[in-house]
Amino acid sequence: MEQFTGKVWVLGDDIDTDIIIPTEYLALKTVDDMKQYAFSPLRPELAGLIQDGDIIVAGKNFGCGSSREQAPEIIKHLNIKCVIAKSFARIFFRNSINNGLLLIEHPTLYDVVKEGDTVSVALNDKITHNGVDYKINPLPDNLMEIINAGGLVKAMQKRNGLR
Amino acid sequence: MGMTIGEKIIARAAGVESVKAGEIHTVNLDYMMSNDGTTHLTVDMFHNKLKKPRIADKDKLVFIVDHNIPAENPKTAAAHRKMREFAKEHGIKFYEGKGVCHQIMVEDFVEPGQLIMGADSHTCSYGALGAFGTGIGCTDFLYGMVTGKSWVMVPETIRFNLTGKLREGVYPRDLILTIIGDVGANGCNYKVMEFAGEGAHNLSINDRFVLCNLAVEAGAKTGIVEPDEKVVEYVESRGRKADNLFVSDSDAVFEKVYEYDLSKIEPVVARPDFVDDVIPLSEVGEVKIDQAFLGSCNNGRIDDLRVAANILKGKKVHKDVRFIIAPASNSVYLQAVEEGLMEIFLESGAMVMNANCSVCWGSCQGVIGEGEVLISTGTRNFKGRAGHKDSKVYLGSAATVTASAIAGKIVGA
Repeated sequence: MEQFTGKVWVLGDDIDTDIIIPTEYLALKTVDDMKQYAFSPLRPELAGLIQDGDIIVAGKNFGCGSSREQAPEIIKHLNIKCVIAKSFARIFFRNSINNGLLLIEHPTLYDVVKEGDTVSVALNDKITHNGVDYKINPLPDNLMEIINAGGLVKAMQKRNGLR
Repeated sequence: MGMTIGEKIIARAAGVESVKAGEIHTVNLDYMMSNDGTTHLTVDMFHNKLKKPRIADKDKLVFIVDHNIPAENPKTAAAHRKMREFAKEHGIKFYEGKGVCHQIMVEDFVEPGQLIMGADSHTCSYGALGAFGTGIGCTDFLYGMVTGKSWVMVPETIRFNLTGKLREGVYPRDLILTIIGDVGANGCNYKVMEFAGEGAHNLSINDRFVLCNLAVEAGAKTGIVEPDEKVVEYVESRGRKADNLFVSDSDAVFEKVYEYDLSKIEPVVARPDFVDDVIPLSEVGEVKIDQAFLGSCNNGRIDDLRVAANILKGKKVHKDVRFIIAPASNSVYLQAVEEGLMEIFLESGAMVMNANCSVCWGSCQGVIGEGEVLISTGTRNFKGRAGHKDSKVYLGSAATVTASAIAGKIVGA
């Protein structure tokens, strides 16, 4: 079973797609050009501080708002390992899976974790923080197939024997 | 076991007798809509990521340029060109400069009982005609474009039983903001919001559009008003069919049922930066504004323009306020011209834009600066939604927006 450990950045409730990537930067040519502006309305410095393998922990309704797929793509391109939130907005949830970004729903972790803490995730099993285990519900197999392949397009190619 | 409207539409699209909440089904899509927010990304993926690119059925695709039209910089112009050329090459229906995508879909395409996916979160508007519209990203759009299909997990339905009529001076915008304030911004996450009862049937098609359009702001997968003879009349008058008028069975299962007496709804506003931060207009206090916006897929229709014109007639927009009006489509625009509404707008000092998303999405028209305050009929008031990250957006009805534009501060009509 895949396990990983990462440093936590804590964001609040209702982190919307316009905070993840404001409209004015959507015209930039690539997601790599856009990613420096991730979360800029809320915390302009954050994108520059995030390091490979870090984890975002947030409150309820993460990713609410627009269907812009650049939102999960940017988080993926910042090499965030996964987002753990109390709940996710549905279009963002779907777009994240389609881009191979792992999302984990957990009802209480947000209430105890502090920024800079370290959490360990045993995929589809549990999160460990300060020596306490928090059980997580596994994602369905068909969604894990998409995440493991790196997104929907790659999963379909794999399934159709094109890779 | 009985089915809800949403379940019946999914069952039809999946080609099965019945479905129930929680099941995952592969569905045939009746239409797929994509606008200039993300179509260029879909086109890039089509060309660069697929081994055997193909389109399942071009007749089910509609491309609409509405977010940045006319183009405001060379990057946007290039994205539009990519979209235009792809549509031409593949024979895809293409609209440019005709209006906001959801307004065009409802005017020209949507039929009751259809399942439609659109690469825009407010695709949930199509429930005004008893259809199931839902927003997706561009990867899901690509999948649907190539296969003609998609997958859905059947959502649970939350029913809103509406009774009575809205009082004079109270609008569907006040009703849906009140509901979102009550249930919260994720109160209907992944659910269908079904609006039914005599109160729903009292509402016009345009009114129903307002309710369904904002369903996503409560997190819903879609909003659907129980279709009736008003839907049949609207659809048939535009030369389309209304064969699949689905209503929920008497033994259908709802996750929750809410009751709303429309006669008790008051004018409200949503405060920055959350659509569910809703308070009575009477409690908003002294809020000076720099700009007012009337338009968007929520409130740019002829009813809204008439409300605004009635309030504006013989009056002037406040000297410190820019009042921007964008009709939702060219047919709305033309009707407003014929009814003499444009004269009233221009004489009052308002600026009338072409039919497009305009101020609502904070990119090409009427962007607001640092510290500025906007009162808007747009869909969202997220932080920085209409421009600078330290600007503020309040949401209200067409009447509230217009009265505020005259007063220079947020007031009722």
